[in-house]
Amino acid sequence: MARRVAIVGTGQTYHKSHRPDVTSREMIKEAVSSALADAELTIRDIDAIVIGNMDHFESINYVDTYSVEGSGGVMKPIMKVTTGGTTGATVAIAAYYHVSSGFFDRVLAIGFEKNSESDTTGAIITCSDPVWDRFSYSGAIPSLATEATAYMEKYGATQEDAALIAERDRGHAMNNPYAHLRRPLTVADIMASPMLAYPIKLGDICPRSDGACAIVLAADGIAQKITGKPAWFKAAAVRHTYTWFGDSTDYNKGLVSMQRASKDAYAQAGITKPVDEIDVAELYLPYTWAGLKWIEDIGFCGPGEASKFVGDGHTHMGGKLPINPSGGVISTNCIGATALLRVAEAAIQVMGKGDTRQVPDVRNAIATGFGGCFWSDIVILSSERP
Amino acid sequence: MDKAAIVGVAQIKYERRKKDQIFADMVFDVTREALDDAGLTIHDVDNVVTVSNDFFDGRTISGMAVGDACGGQDKNISTVSGDGTFGAFYGLMRVLSGYKATIVVAHYKGSEGDINITTNGMFDPVFHRHLGIDAVSSAALQANAYMTRYGIREEDIAQVSVKNHGNAKNNPFAQLPMDITVNDVMKSRKIAEPLKLLDCCPISDGAAAVIIAGEDIAAKCRKKPVWVRGVAHCCEEYFLGDRDLSNPVALREAATRAYAMAGIRNPIEDIDVAEVLEPFSYMEPLWLEGLGFCEPGAGCSLITKGITVMGGKLPVNPSGGALSANPVLVAGLARLIEAALQVRGEAGARQVKNADTALAQGFNGPCGQSHCVWIISGTK
Amino acid sequence: MSTQNRQGELMQLTFAYPMPYEWSIGLYGSRFFQEIKEKRRFIGIKCNGCGMVYVPPRRVCGPCFKELSELVPLSDTGVITAFSVVNYPFIDPNTGLQRPIPYTYGYIRLDGADNIFSHIINETDLGRIHVGMKVRAVFKEPDRMQGNIQDIKYFDIIS
Repeated sequence: MARRVAIVGTGQTYHKSHRPDVTSREMIKEAVSSALADAELTIRDIDAIVIGNMDHFESINYVDTYSVEGSGGVMKPIMKVTTGGTTGATVAIAAYYHVSSGFFDRVLAIGFEKNSESDTTGAIITCSDPVWDRFSYSGAIPSLATEATAYMEKYGATQEDAALIAERDRGHAMNNPYAHLRRPLTVADIMASPMLAYPIKLGDICPRSDGACAIVLAADGIAQKITGKPAWFKAAAVRHTYTWFGDSTDYNKGLVSMQRASKDAYAQAGITKPVDEIDVAELYLPYTWAGLKWIEDIGFCGPGEASKFVGDGHTHMGGKLPINPSGGVISTNCIGATALLRVAEAAIQVMGKGDTRQVPDVRNAIATGFGGCFWSDIVILSSERP
Repeated sequence: MDKAAIVGVAQIKYERRKKDQIFADMVFDVTREALDDAGLTIHDVDNVVTVSNDFFDGRTISGMAVGDACGGQDKNISTVSGDGTFGAFYGLMRVLSGYKATIVVAHYKGSEGDINITTNGMFDPVFHRHLGIDAVSSAALQANAYMTRYGIREEDIAQVSVKNHGNAKNNPFAQLPMDITVNDVMKSRKIAEPLKLLDCCPISDGAAAVIIAGEDIAAKCRKKPVWVRGVAHCCEEYFLGDRDLSNPVALREAATRAYAMAGIRNPIEDIDVAEVLEPFSYMEPLWLEGLGFCEPGAGCSLITKGITVMGGKLPVNPSGGALSANPVLVAGLARLIEAALQVRGEAGARQVKNADTALAQGFNGPCGQSHCVWIISGTK
Repeated sequence: MSTQNRQGELMQLTFAYPMPYEWSIGLYGSRFFQEIKEKRRFIGIKCNGCGMVYVPPRRVCGPCFKELSELVPLSDTGVITAFSVVNYPFIDPNTGLQRPIPYTYGYIRLDGADNIFSHIINETDLGRIHVGMKVRAVFKEPDRMQGNIQDIKYFDIIS
């Protein structure tokens, strides 16, 4: 039967808006080397590799075969999985099944993106249906803006409530040496930033970054020998609910994929009271309103209660459920790596390697991925072997 | 390894241009047919793997186009960007991790993109892409390297095309069933020296699906379960100049691992039929060498000696192979499906007598850089 | 030779070739564009399982996993459910050029449909556009229609 699996090492590059000093391959190598060093392993110890990104951001077809020099995949099994913004989580989860199934003992999962190599919005537009949506679609921002508008109208949340999310995450990023944007941002700064698509302002959205992330997973029995404190998988849940953009827009329902995936994940992990049982969350929040609306859908608070929950400081460092000690997606966003960074940062918290961004005594950590057509992936990691 | 089986399969007829069907239409058809084949409903399948490629589809997150069509709305679903044999492997991993049944669907429409441009995208953007190199011209390089090394003549590899197009006459899904001779191949238009038109696969549209399940579900399915005995994949170096194109080392390694898992010691004795991915005629003998069915350089003699023809000791590509239809990505899954049909004894006019253990192979990347090998069997 | 390099010496390569495609629209998608051309109205498809009317029409209902076949004529009007005035510049992959801004991207619930249709709304003044407003499609002249989404020029606010 399925084996237990843990994360035993993580690695990431420093993130910047532009890395002209390296090719994608070389950037991947940086993350892989750092993950292997963290696990005190060499590439010879790795049995298989899973990699993911979004093809049209760098315009490379078959990234799995293109990247082998950087990934360490020469004469190893390597597989590519890709699902848009959720790619990083999808990669982590695929690597989890690589080990859980019994086929491989030590597996490397890699996510990367060099967003500087294409027009990011132009590339994102190519994910819309070419027949129906591509003519009018203008990237991720308007669909998120429409969601934000609907949320504000329904619950009376304000733009300042949302801005607090960015203030929080950008503040947290000050503790993360790898974060891309390491400059504090206040609610006032965000309110004064240029309007991109009402109500989203420049300060409300994620940047585009160049960067890569890698994690090492190992099977039960092997993981304990690699590290004294492995981050065990307690749950891996995926819901890519919608296929058509026009089917995903009943905002009164909330983020349906997140509701379904979190229900599945909590059942797998045996969690009944998420706020009490989860110690830290690394959530894929690409813009500020997500930090309100989606934490309701994941069950951290009731519908319409997020502004107060966040406003009361529960999700800040030192609160009862700190969100994004790393600074989150608002501070760093190399798309194919972004969701893997959430998983890696959750693992870092469980393993107690967070240094200045460490939340004390983490037992359970949750990580999410968001992307595609309002899709959600969830991973729950734990210091306890399940 | 726990036991898992292929319990349902489906393909649609491969054609040059399926103008009436969008990706979702093709996937919807094969999903329902695979479920019918297994005797299952969509509710019996608890997770989904889709197989597609953003370059070929002209769409970022190409898997998004088929989520509804494969019943993935409220299930754990993911997308493998690569050959269908890799997608099926991921599906198998999920079953062995505790899921009951995975449906793996693959789609491809070669008619919709420009294959020269999209496969040019496989090559290094800084050093190689501007040369215009693509799937065909890189294959020609490999053919040249292979033929030169072993003194293989164009007529020798032409036999593969003759055999496989002939086999395709027995396969209702094949796109190019043809009665041709070595002379016809030799006289066909030069595409890229030494490859001629009839050495090359056609451009194809199509979709395919397999359902992989654990023992509990397999026991309840309509058809005889086809048990997975071994699977392995392996990738070699990227730059063509860093590789020995006449020696498929990654395939050799993947085969070694798959054979070890399946307990196969002597492949030519232990395996009854093989379906290999040969979009270009020279690839079949080269891959058969990598798979250990003969010594390096001896691949073409397997046809001459009558070993790989129908009725031979080891029929290869009774379906007609990728030369007779090459919906990329789908084509590898089609190899696995055809191998499964052989094991079931349901391959119709292309059935190999008493086939119990079958091999299927697929690959990713230029000149077969990354291979996946499956061994399946009617015996648990 | 040293491998050290100065940042200023790093070079980049531009790749800007077009990647052409010819996508199928499918049976029901084709009917949608024919209906616009012949009757200047929309057409949806109804699921006999859950009753949902989808536009654009497609073959499968995601939640029910059922084959759809009952085409339902709709009018040319709908209601704005969400919109966004786009103010940021970006390269349009349809043309390779910067898309003219500002423009208003809108989600419209077409009268008689249960899901949402996205298109452009012909109003960029935030003071004159609200969620819940009624809109009507403005089509191209039939002889200029090409069987694609731009056969609908945009939606006009009517009340």
